[in-house]
Amino acid sequence: MTEAVVYLYQIGFSIGIFILVSLGLAIIFGMMRVINLAQGEFIMLGAYICLFTTQAGVNFWVAALIAGLGVGVFGIIVERVLIQFLYGRIMDTLLATWGLSLFMVGLVTTVFGPQEAGVEAQLGKVWVGDYSIPEYNLVLIAIAFLLLILTFCLWRFTRAGLIVRGTMQNPGMAAALGVNTRLCYMLTFGFGSALTGFAGAIIAPIIGNQPTMGSFYIAKAFITVISGGHLPLVGTLYASGLFGATDGIVSYFYTQVLGEIAVLLAAILLLRLLPQGITGYFRRGL
Amino acid sequence: MAQAEYLLETRDLVKQFGGVSAIGGVNFRLRAGELRCLIGPNGAGKSTFFKMLTAQHKPTSGQILFEGHDITRAQSHHVSRLGIGIKNQVPDVFDGVSVRENVWLAARYRFQGARANQRVDEVLERLSLGALAEQMVGELAHGQRQWVEFGMVVALEPKLILLDEPTAGMTVDETQRTAELIAEANRTSTIVVVEHDMQFIRQIAQLVTVFHQGKILVEDTMQAIQANETVRDIYLGKSGIA
Amino acid sequence: MWSMIVLFGAPNAMPKWWWWCFVGLASLVGLIIPSFTGWDVHLDLSIIFIFGMLALSMGFLWGFGGMLSFGQTAFFGLGGYTYAVWGLNFEETTFAMTLAVALPMVVALVLGYFMIYGRISAIYFTVITLVVTIVLEKAIRATSDERFVIGDVWLRGQNGISTVPDLQIPWDPGETFFVTGVYYVAFILMVLSYVGLRLLLTTPFGRVLVGIRENERRSALLGYDARRYKLMAFVLAGGLAGLSGGMYGVWGNFVAPEMMNLNSAASVVIYVIVGGKATLIGPLVGTGIVQVLTAWLGTAGVGQVNLILGLVMIAFVMIFPQGVLPSIGLAILYCLRRVRGAARGGKRPAFAPTDTALRREE
Repeated sequence: MTEAVVYLYQIGFSIGIFILVSLGLAIIFGMMRVINLAQGEFIMLGAYICLFTTQAGVNFWVAALIAGLGVGVFGIIVERVLIQFLYGRIMDTLLATWGLSLFMVGLVTTVFGPQEAGVEAQLGKVWVGDYSIPEYNLVLIAIAFLLLILTFCLWRFTRAGLIVRGTMQNPGMAAALGVNTRLCYMLTFGFGSALTGFAGAIIAPIIGNQPTMGSFYIAKAFITVISGGHLPLVGTLYASGLFGATDGIVSYFYTQVLGEIAVLLAAILLLRLLPQGITGYFRRGL
Repeated sequence: MAQAEYLLETRDLVKQFGGVSAIGGVNFRLRAGELRCLIGPNGAGKSTFFKMLTAQHKPTSGQILFEGHDITRAQSHHVSRLGIGIKNQVPDVFDGVSVRENVWLAARYRFQGARANQRVDEVLERLSLGALAEQMVGELAHGQRQWVEFGMVVALEPKLILLDEPTAGMTVDETQRTAELIAEANRTSTIVVVEHDMQFIRQIAQLVTVFHQGKILVEDTMQAIQANETVRDIYLGKSGIA
Repeated sequence: MWSMIVLFGAPNAMPKWWWWCFVGLASLVGLIIPSFTGWDVHLDLSIIFIFGMLALSMGFLWGFGGMLSFGQTAFFGLGGYTYAVWGLNFEETTFAMTLAVALPMVVALVLGYFMIYGRISAIYFTVITLVVTIVLEKAIRATSDERFVIGDVWLRGQNGISTVPDLQIPWDPGETFFVTGVYYVAFILMVLSYVGLRLLLTTPFGRVLVGIRENERRSALLGYDARRYKLMAFVLAGGLAGLSGGMYGVWGNFVAPEMMNLNSAASVVIYVIVGGKATLIGPLVGTGIVQVLTAWLGTAGVGQVNLILGLVMIAFVMIFPQGVLPSIGLAILYCLRRVRGAARGGKRPAFAPTDTALRREE
């Protein structure tokens, strides 16, 4: 019984991480078709903002929200300076954001140094039989699913969500109907960035902050969103479930690296069988 | 295998996009040596039909037989190897290379080495593209690009040539020349042409098949089609038919 | 790209006489340089030649096959480790180098089969190759435990293997190439791969490959199985990247996971976009420029070279998407036509934007 609970926790935690790191990318790549290779660095930035605000004495959860807002604003700046010139040139967005990623790593290393720095989130442990599970990790799982559900509701049930979806599908028509598409793209990119930054803050307490921490997550995020297919949110949920479970199980029994390799192999196999991704044959949804 | 009665035959061919039916059960038969015209209003499913014949779209259900072979599930390059060549509606060429290279890429598939080059010269000569041979296809006018594509199809020497609106965007002279080229190609190949220009169809067609809402409406000679009330009705308000 | 075609002729055409002169002259210069310079210069130049081959493998695949693969860095690392492991186990390096080419080719074949025959889109191809590189690096990093040995060789995780053997002279295995010898080997291999790929483009295979880059659907409708051609190109480029990796191991007697991390992958992309991917010489020139630049930045005391490389990358994508060489070509062409046009009042040049082929994929 306790064994089963621990497995379940491992898998849930792994799925939670997959959702957290890929949700922002699901908006930015899945909906806007912008390949943001600096996605990992957005996570890193969120973690660092969280680090400095907590060091300044701010409560961790407030700091996480500030990190989300901060990276959101940063994302809007990036959209204005770089991305807006590259819509429709998907390879070029990839290369430009890669440059951005190198730049950000370089900058953060220069300013704060390459060493690790941890964020503390004081929460206790839960005991399951002989196993201890950090309460924080359970909260993390809850937050991941909550974020996904909130984003889904925002897109599905609000007027703003409707306008954004319409614009992404047919910008010309949306513009003809009086939507400010430039603003819409800008804010959607900002929203995706904010989600990423918030995720970075939430992840910060479980691994140390490091300028290069983004590269740990970039592979996970892209595999998830690509395998998800053309419905970014539903696809992210399914892909996170599949890969999170794979990763959780393999990492638990073997090593983390093997977990990651298993995920990669699973993704390659999946794309051979379903080149359109998991939701390729779904007609509608989000 | 016994000689098939028809060069091309489709049986209850259906194509649905999402829930929408683009082709709803087409039974089409074509004998070797024919020059058939397909007409029908926009959205009747002519281009979709062509794309299914060349495996650019997979049929939802039904069967396609070419010389008795079932090619329903074949891939584009298999279909081409069996001897079907197509000129798509939108010029579908290699924009970044020269006219000669375009035709060579087609000829190379049928002929080796020097024979391929010889074939390229023949085709360029026949299409009067010689002067443009070293030009980049992307720099040519719409009508010329259509000819390049037509030239590529001819260079393949297919048994069946499918032409989707070969005269769109051409001048009167160019259209005239295209009609001659089609007649010439018809000596060695079976041809199906999708067109809107009735003048042009009267000039070249033997049998005409009318598509309407994803189905074959009638199939007859041009005179009979022109006298047909239903055909008049579906084209009503269009200037094409005279 | 068009500027290069107009100036230098189509890349598929047989090279003109002046190209052979250029190659001959460059080879001559490359072969006599060691007589006038010291070891430090030989070392600096050898590494440019070695990275040049890596850039060439990416530039060939990207510019002429329309496939942007970050897997080249993974094949580079794989080649290096293959050479090191075989060479250390058997104290024999000629076959080790052969294997450093062959093994990446096999891996490319398997990986390429899944991706290319799965018909995933160009952008997914790019991202998957990137992920493969990242994961391979992590896997190698995770081998610091002493359990991870191949034969007698401990992989040593992130510390890398610093005892990679010198390259033996194939017909005289008792002797090894030293600094200047490595210079000659690297230079000759680079020239051979450049000339080889350039001539390959004039063969039916190369011409069909360019056709597929231009329009994959049309190629299929002409009867070509595009997937087979793309896979062959991918395998070939994988072998070249592996060769470059093996030579890298020889050059520094060292292989490490850094060979295939994101920064190395980014460097190769920067070589190619700086030099431009419209020609095969572009990636080589780009490698030279960027290597000299980074070396200079290093000595100039700029702490984080990444910072500058990131900016260079952004600048090239935004401002010179065609790379240095084609941009210069474009400028020359523009001036030529202006001069001629002014004389004749002739027509304005019509340039297509950059890589229409790649963009059409999406």
